[in-house]
Amino acid sequence: MCLGIPGCIVSIDNADDLVATVDVSGVRRQINISCIVDETHPVESCVGDWVLVHVGFAMSRINEAEAAETLRLLRELGEFQAELETMQTLTDAVAAEE
Amino acid sequence: MRYVDEFRDRTKAEVLVKEIERLLAHIGRDQSRPLQIMEVCGGHTHSIFRYGVEGMLPKSIELVHGPGCPVCVLPMGRVDDCVAIAERPEVIFTTFGDAMRVPGSRKSLLQAKADGCDVRMVYSPMDALALARKYPTREVVFFGIGFETTMPSTALTVLQAEREGIRNFSIFCNHITIVPTIKAILDSPDLRLDGFLGPGHVSMVIGDAPYEFIARYYKKPMVIAGFEPLDILQSIWMLLRQIDQGRCEIENQYARVAPAGGNAVALQAVAKVYELREFFEWRGLGSIDHSGVKVRDAYAGFDAERKFAVPNAKIADPKSCQCGEVLKGVIKPWQCKVFGRACSPETPLGALMVSSEGACAAYYQYGGIKRGRDDEASAA
Ligand code: SF4
Repeated sequence: MCLGIPGCIVSIDNADDLVATVDVSGVRRQINISCIVDETHPVESCVGDWVLVHVGFAMSRINEAEAAETLRLLRELGEFQAELETMQTLTDAVAAEE
Repeated sequence: MRYVDEFRDRTKAEVLVKEIERLLAHIGRDQSRPLQIMEVCGGHTHSIFRYGVEGMLPKSIELVHGPGCPVCVLPMGRVDDCVAIAERPEVIFTTFGDAMRVPGSRKSLLQAKADGCDVRMVYSPMDALALARKYPTREVVFFGIGFETTMPSTALTVLQAEREGIRNFSIFCNHITIVPTIKAILDSPDLRLDGFLGPGHVSMVIGDAPYEFIARYYKKPMVIAGFEPLDILQSIWMLLRQIDQGRCEIENQYARVAPAGGNAVALQAVAKVYELREFFEWRGLGSIDHSGVKVRDAYAGFDAERKFAVPNAKIADPKSCQCGEVLKGVIKPWQCKVFGRACSPETPLGALMVSSEGACAAYYQYGGIKRGRDDEASAA
């Protein structure tokens, strides 16, 4: 019950009650979008938003830049790890020669 | 699926595990004195077992599965109250699926349904409100359960019902709040934790600030974590980095979903509809001050507790249950005497065996029992 699922808003169905349709991996259902609407992000601008859907409510707009940043860090960590391994093998090789 | 698949990448997981091993060696921990990290949220417990995260980690890290499964900490008396409400002929009792099988002292909601009560599973509180619209002569009650993650959804549903003038809808409010609970855990004398994985979806609502005391006064680090395997591994890595560098901070690994300031609209709705209870009873943990909320007087008409005068009896857990010790991380699920014997997912004695977010059910379902006993055998 504490897990949410990412989905994309495909239409606004009732702007007064803040009801929209979301597509989650091809499954569509109506959700409430009150929590992602404010002066800076009015109802009309919600179509196309990626949101975290939780018990029938869009609880958060997924921040694309932050998602990319997390993945970038993970990638860098991979490169760092590869470099570390090369360093380790080369150091071991030198030590074996001595 | 976007925002999901990329956080399940195996090779990236392997890299993270290597980094975790490297940091652990640097911190100087081994199997004899493992680092204890508590995941507070049941959603994390679920992911950890589902993706076998524990099995990937070195033995010098121990994950303690905290009390963050709202279904699991619901005391028996409250389940009895649900059944009492559901037994009224005019009532349609609606609930999330997870809560159907939690044992009460007489029966679960599932048994009540089998006995002829009108109990229905819904995906959203808004679905319950739709039922109230459809059946104006019935009383539709929604079983409001969960931490700050689900609290806004029931609050917004009450506000919607008010706007529409729907009178035959109410909430049986059992919402609980995470911060007093973490504090109770930190104050518990039999606990030795090195850090916390913070609940990502609670944080999406309340933001980072409410956790500051954990770092400031209790000197424990916390990383607010997402729910995919890479999120959890990266958060553990971030925690270890803090420990290694001697820092205690509240960091956020899950910024793509949980902004630092939380969600203002959600918080406003919660503050409008709910107020803190003086205390709330938790299964296994006893009573914790200010750990639950109730419906405000202004919305009394939507409060099932007032509408139906529930019995509200206190009922002790069965003697053989050790749910409390498991919740505090004092024993592992498979060390409970009835685990897998009298208590299994088909016939749960304790609530930890009911929900897939409960530690016992997770251990049982994903083979943790064997691993646990093997570990014990190899340690002996
Ligand atoms: S095995 Fe059953 S009784 Fe024992 S702690 Fe787990 S849920 Fe509670």
